[in-house]
Amino acid sequence: MGLLAEVSGHLGSIGYGLAAIGPGIGVGIIFGQGVQAIARQPEAYGLLRQNMLLGFVFTEALALIGLVAPFIYNNL
Amino acid sequence: MSTFAIVANDEFKAPGVEIFQLPPLWEGAPFWLTKPVVLAVVSALGICLLAWSAFAKPKLVPRGLQNVGEMGYTFVRDQVGRPFLGKDTDKWMGLLLSLFFLVWIWNLLAVVPGINFPVNSHIAFPAVLAIIIYLLKIYLGIRHQGFVGYFKGMMFPPGVPKFMYVLLAPIEFLQNMIFAPFTHAVRLFANMFAGHIILAFFSLVGFHFLITHLTPAGFTLGVLGVVMTILMTAFEMFIQFLQAFLFSLLAAMYIGQGLHAEH
Repeated sequence: MGLLAEVSGHLGSIGYGLAAIGPGIGVGIIFGQGVQAIARQPEAYGLLRQNMLLGFVFTEALALIGLVAPFIYNNL
Repeated sequence: MSTFAIVANDEFKAPGVEIFQLPPLWEGAPFWLTKPVVLAVVSALGICLLAWSAFAKPKLVPRGLQNVGEMGYTFVRDQVGRPFLGKDTDKWMGLLLSLFFLVWIWNLLAVVPGINFPVNSHIAFPAVLAIIIYLLKIYLGIRHQGFVGYFKGMMFPPGVPKFMYVLLAPIEFLQNMIFAPFTHAVRLFANMFAGHIILAFFSLVGFHFLITHLTPAGFTLGVLGVVMTILMTAFEMFIQFLQAFLFSLLAAMYIGQGLHAEH
């Protein structure tokens, strides 16, 4: 059985690609639903934007941890 | 294929972490005296000066810098303070306003020609700010809600089925005590870090293919690099503002959590 597949180059970039999937979906859901909510209830814009940004911030943190992780592991 | 064949002899190398590792300012300077430290101190003094000239002698009809200062003040008060602190906002405006401006100016230095370095892309700076807010949050929480009350309110929020607390209490504790300050600092750091690398990458593409290694095949790539640098600079300025806003927003939220129990 020879080598079937091989990955070369920076594994960190693949890791970050994987790490970005979840937050990508999450941010999409947050802003999608947020815009929909604003369309249905335009007078609640301030409140909705506030909560949208908060949700965005917490979701985005995951992607950013994914970005930093390869650098951390390189230095370990 | 031909593009890469031409490039291959003087290969293009993308910038990495090394662009953040700056030596001391001059030979024989103390090891901590680097560019970001100087920028941090100078911009902090600059903000003091700005706040002084804007707010020291306020006029009824604002002119010049007072206009700018009041614009920033109103923005921070209405968008950052009031949603989380309510009627306590005015007491905390000093902290929130200086935090917002400090983080924003530190970020903004990334796109100032000749400086081109975001102070916050060194984890130490956002970490110190986040630790200050973290300690403040715990101090306020224990002072206003009592030691037991604070941790009870944090780990056992009311209105949840009893058996769920087995799961909820450790998660809430970890979230509030470890992840919150960690992500608070890392968010700002990572955004500035990534933004600086992106800008460095595209501008290096332009520099490499248009100036140092100008070839007919590489020309388009170089132009693309320059165009992308301009676009990403605009995008970065938006991100810088957003991150400063979010950093002070979260600071206000954490302070608010300390002041009042969650409901």
